[in-house]
Amino acid sequence: MDKKRRKFVGDSLKTASAVGLGSLVMGLYARQSRAIAAQAIRPPGALVEDDFLGACVRCGLCVRDCPWDTLKLAQLGDFVALGTPYFTARKTPCEMCEDIPCVVACPTGALDHRLANINDARMGLAVVIDEEGCIAFQGLRCEVCFNVCPVQGKAITIDTMSNTRTGMHAKFIPVVHSSDCTGCGKCEQACIVDGESAIKIMPIKLAASGGSPHYRMGWEEKEKAGKSLVAPDAEHKYNLPEGLEYDHAGKGLIKKGLIKNKETLNDPVNKLRQPKKSNSSPFSSNPLDTLNQKGGL
Amino acid sequence: MVANTKIGLLPGKEAIQAKGWLKAHKWLILRRLSQITILGLFIISPWIAKETEIWLIKGNLASSLVLDILPLTDPYVLIQSLFAGTIPIFTGILGAFIVALFYFLIGGRVYCSWVCPINIVTDIAAWLRSQLKLKGGTQINKNTRFWVLGFTLLLALITGTIAWELINPVSMVFRGAIFGMGLAWGVIIAIFILDFIVSRRVWCGSICPVGTFYSLLGKQSILRVNAHQREQCDDCMDCFLVCPEQQVIKTPLNGASKGFHSFIDSSQCTNCGRCIDVCAEDVFRFETRIPFKKNTIQNLDNKHLEN
Ligand code: SF4
Ligand code: SF4
Ligand code: SF4
Ligand code: SF4
Ligand code: SF4
Repeated sequence: MDKKRRKFVGDSLKTASAVGLGSLVMGLYARQSRAIAAQAIRPPGALVEDDFLGACVRCGLCVRDCPWDTLKLAQLGDFVALGTPYFTARKTPCEMCEDIPCVVACPTGALDHRLANINDARMGLAVVIDEEGCIAFQGLRCEVCFNVCPVQGKAITIDTMSNTRTGMHAKFIPVVHSSDCTGCGKCEQACIVDGESAIKIMPIKLAASGGSPHYRMGWEEKEKAGKSLVAPDAEHKYNLPEGLEYDHAGKGLIKKGLIKNKETLNDPVNKLRQPKKSNSSPFSSNPLDTLNQKGGL
Repeated sequence: MVANTKIGLLPGKEAIQAKGWLKAHKWLILRRLSQITILGLFIISPWIAKETEIWLIKGNLASSLVLDILPLTDPYVLIQSLFAGTIPIFTGILGAFIVALFYFLIGGRVYCSWVCPINIVTDIAAWLRSQLKLKGGTQINKNTRFWVLGFTLLLALITGTIAWELINPVSMVFRGAIFGMGLAWGVIIAIFILDFIVSRRVWCGSICPVGTFYSLLGKQSILRVNAHQREQCDDCMDCFLVCPEQQVIKTPLNGASKGFHSFIDSSQCTNCGRCIDVCAEDVFRFETRIPFKKNTIQNLDNKHLEN
């Protein structure tokens, strides 16, 4: 009997350690699959990735109820955790159905049923990832992503930026705002460049930085306080050597009078951004204006 | 015919002679039909829905919706989800309850022999082994599966994810057939090789935690195989040779003298009914039993005591 028991204990130990070893490998594999693949754009309402992988049973009911065939279940060999739903925005973005059928279908709550307004979905975040590829950054007018965005005018805005190549034009570049981007991927699908899109949806965890809470933005603090916190609030002055001025079109410090058409050589973007003059201060709020005024300082 | 002359014949030959091929394969055929129908329904439902807007069944074994109303959820995957620290919503819990109740009544491992697609693979491997008269191989302790089951739950707890679902061949293959296989074919081949080369019935009999979970679920099931005419047994061993869980047959079949009743009590019996098929003497049949009665000397089946 004792021998039998000893054999039993011995066998059990052997089995346990073999299975334990297997589980260790398995556990490491599970940890690794938790690392978020850049391709894993989840359906609307998906819990944060860690919770999602604990809740989703990989049934595909969300896939079945998506009227646009947007969602797929990850297959063995895909980069996304096996069996979980995701979509590839470049091919088939989420059409942001008002009744969000994918969420309604989910039997586990891996897609959060509290999501009532599709505009609150945060499937990912669009990122203009290839500025060299995006033609807007080259100074061409495009704005296709801006125009297809379902959260129009909010999730993507077009900001202007000086075109330093011509020195006289603006670039109209797309800027994504995490406050409104749902990560639907319509922009990624529509982007006019060949192959991979210049604007891509990425899992929020990969796309969004932690921000810089330890920095105070002077202008914001100023607005909050209603006055400047640094006293006195001195205007910036350029102390240029006599007889010289600054050419913003790229020539830099040059002899006075060499700049031909001062109006067009002004930075157009700064002009656009210039607040309407409301005070009668002799100084313009834009120091460049002062600089470029006839006679200068 | 004397029992011993049959040894060496392939199992089931005798039954085919006695009952005809169809009757000697009755439960096997029904089982395959069941397995293929269930998988098939999942596969063709989207097509039918496209034409008629009627969804017969949607999803896969992990969770599904029958006729857009009845939710079904695999209780094993839901329990892993619980261990991973998530509380599923009501639909999921209700679905798991319905499925659990079903298997609780008709036998947990009915899942194995009537639903699971891997069973077809392991059955073929075992059949090939018997055709080629392959013997032996590396034995793996049959209790390993309980450890595996335990560790899948532990892993869910530690990783906070349903870790087992990353490699579970059962769901991988079933889901693959419906939603796209990817490289899951490789897993089918791996299990086939394991069962064909390493040793008989290794995967389902020693490792798979899915079958193990369902065996625990069906411990008190009402539907069981009964060796109701065990006195007719001529020791041909055919039932033993075809049974995927051979150890379950011995006591009920030969234990009359020791006072054991004739129901195959073990929850590892998959209710596949293959023993019924291959027995030329019609020793076995499906029967219902009063649950919660253990096969102990105290709960004797009096009829068999008298024999
Ligand atoms: S919101 Fe609509 S389009 Fe987007 S994934 Fe869900 S069902 Fe599909
Ligand atoms: S419906 Fe829910 S549980 Fe099922 S695959 Fe989709 S997210 Fe996962
Ligand atoms: S993903 Fe693109 S299209 Fe969709 S909301 Fe965000 S910016 Fe707009
Ligand atoms: S559609 Fe593409 S190329 Fe055009 S502005 Fe948007 S990101 Fe740039
Ligand atoms: S033991 Fe596992 S693989 Fe084998 S039939 Fe049962 S569930 Fe399927």
